Amino acid sequence: MEVECNTTLNKKTGLPRKRFYRARAHSNPLSDSHFPVPTCPAEVDYSIHYPQFDGLTKVQFADIGCGFGGLLVSLATLFPDTLMVGMELRDKVTEYVKERINGLRTTNPGQYQNISVVRTNSMKYIPNYFEKAQLTKMFFLFPDPHFKEKNHRRRVISPHLLDEYAYVLKVGGIIYTITDVEELGEWMKSCLEGHPLFKALTEEEIESDQVVELLTSATEEGQKVARNGGQTFPAIYRRIEASFLF
Amino acid sequence: MEEINMEEGDQTREMGVAPALIALDPTHQYVSVSVGSDLRVFNLREGCGVSLVDPTGGCMHKDAVRAIRFSGNGKLFVSAGDDKLVKVWSTESWHCIATVTSEKRVSAVAIDKGGRYVCYADKFGVVYALDTECFDGTNASLNKKAVPLLAHYCSIITSLEFSPDGKFILSADRDFKIRVTVFPKNPLDGAHEIQSFCLGHTEFVSCLAFVCNVDFPQGNLVSGSGDSTVRLWDFTTGSLLDTCDVGSKAGLSQSNGKDAEVSPAVTDLCPNFDGSLVAVAIQNLSGILLLSCNLSFRKLSIAKVVSIPGETCIPSSLGAALSEPMLWMIMGASSLRVSDSASLARVRVVSNFSGVTEQEATVVDDSDIPGGQPLLQKLQGSLSVGEEAISAAAEAVKTALRNLLIKKQYSTERREHRKCGRNDKKIKK
Ligand SMILES: C[S@@+](CC[C@H](N)C(=O)[O-])C[C@H]1O[C@@H](n2cnc3c(N)ncnc32)[C@H](O)[C@@H]1O
Repeated sequence: MEVECNTTLNKKTGLPRKRFYRARAHSNPLSDSHFPVPTCPAEVDYSIHYPQFDGLTKVQFADIGCGFGGLLVSLATLFPDTLMVGMELRDKVTEYVKERINGLRTTNPGQYQNISVVRTNSMKYIPNYFEKAQLTKMFFLFPDPHFKEKNHRRRVISPHLLDEYAYVLKVGGIIYTITDVEELGEWMKSCLEGHPLFKALTEEEIESDQVVELLTSATEEGQKVARNGGQTFPAIYRRIEASFLF
Repeated sequence: MEEINMEEGDQTREMGVAPALIALDPTHQYVSVSVGSDLRVFNLREGCGVSLVDPTGGCMHKDAVRAIRFSGNGKLFVSAGDDKLVKVWSTESWHCIATVTSEKRVSAVAIDKGGRYVCYADKFGVVYALDTECFDGTNASLNKKAVPLLAHYCSIITSLEFSPDGKFILSADRDFKIRVTVFPKNPLDGAHEIQSFCLGHTEFVSCLAFVCNVDFPQGNLVSGSGDSTVRLWDFTTGSLLDTCDVGSKAGLSQSNGKDAEVSPAVTDLCPNFDGSLVAVAIQNLSGILLLSCNLSFRKLSIAKVVSIPGETCIPSSLGAALSEPMLWMIMGASSLRVSDSASLARVRVVSNFSGVTEQEATVVDDSDIPGGQPLLQKLQGSLSVGEEAISAAAEAVKTALRNLLIKKQYSTERREHRKCGRNDKKIKK
């Protein structure tokens, strides 16, 4: 889809400039969408996504920016009765995840029926997919860092977007974030910390949560970081009730 | 910032034509209009024009005004727009009491029920709250800080509205969304609790209004959209109660041969004082459509089309005071093209804007308009607006509405071009 612009080449060396590869590797979430968007959650036909379920069960886990889908695949067998969906902006990546799930369903009859993927811009269309308090877990694993200050508004965790995540999360639901970029880790943590509808999980809660170890081991990005022995910065928060003062 | 400016640059060119706006204060004492950067106010009680002054030394609007609004108690008036200035006026003196500079151009304004917080939305979908209690009254400074309240991710907010009980702030955008947010006790900490989303429109949402009556003092929400419908909502749950397809109303879509297939956008809504009627302005419709609104049966139905005898008048904005069964409309637009008709506007009034009386809603002749000739002179910019100017204004309004409302679809080629352009910019940095 992306057309080469020769300005992405380094003027001196004539070699591709790395940062433009980075820019092209990730879609710009600000640009207008060119994929179908459901008008409202009731319009999403889940029977297509989960043909072996009754069509009434609602999705409870969402993996935002799911990439190649490693997390979904791991969670599928861990929570076989829970429906989960990955949201991914890149067309090709979404197609890959679809194929991957289909393959797993074929080779493992009866399994992986509870995971699926949609191509969408999660920063704009979360309310089009989920009702209020529908989700019990949301994952944001190794999101694009958008280093420059002026691009911070492209970050998938921000004070304003947290309002929407709080809306789709049930009270008690958990938001999992992790990154290998320290600055982004601090940013995500401070956004969550400053939000009145989220509260950090305690050490004990984190320890007893079997999902936590998947954050670093299940996804492609997580594995890459682990291979390179990189540090990771998680921030895991619970959706809490609005206080009466507020 | 380059990238942002590039994006804005496009908008400047395409959105240069701004529709004229009209607003009434709740007691029906003042009619206020904006045409381009010009603000004009008429005092109906005293029968004379009002001059607006800024003793704080702030400047008047330099670019198109995009939103004007009286507070619910009538004490404040706010104007804001493309020059990024948000000006707060006291309606007692018509002095500007504060001018705040927004980071981006402003697309909508609203004032909370208590009349304390002025809220405005900028072109990037961020809504800010401004505490008028921190104005010192003598020298309003330009750097009064407004705090971000909420945001629609990179979408233009087209309308902001408070629920009648003041507990919720509603924001509508170009991505078909209406968000209902709890308006907190201390809005300066942000409004984080979303009550609901009203989803159902299939095009941009252009306008919001509340319809209330004695049985339903909390009212229901009505919204108008580019999908040519007006919808009725239970805004606390986000459920859609009724949809009225105003575009399919015979005669509307066909009124203009060329645009026949395009369903005309709803551009403004105005409920009447007892909640029985909603006036609807529709792109390309000369006149207005009246919907009757039955809150008990949760129904909207087309009551009638009020057409304007003898001239083309496509209202760019509607207004009414809740104390009077009278609908005000304005047709006009600012234009970047320098022409004599640029600042001219046409003001018309519909009397019997009421669902209970047996009398018909009718367009009032200029000779019978409240405020008479002085009002026309003041608000229109001229006593009589010539036929040529009227049709020029009608054209400008059409362009303005089209440009304002229709979502741009870039061809793939053009998008790639823009991307290259942006990278160019980055390299220079
Ligand atoms: C660095 S990858 C991480 C993928 C995966 N979570 C992992 O850990 O391997 C970030 C992913 O988020 C996707 N993404 C970025 N912005 C998005 C958005 N607004 N909506 C949906 N997906 C988005 C990108 O396309 C990319 O695949």
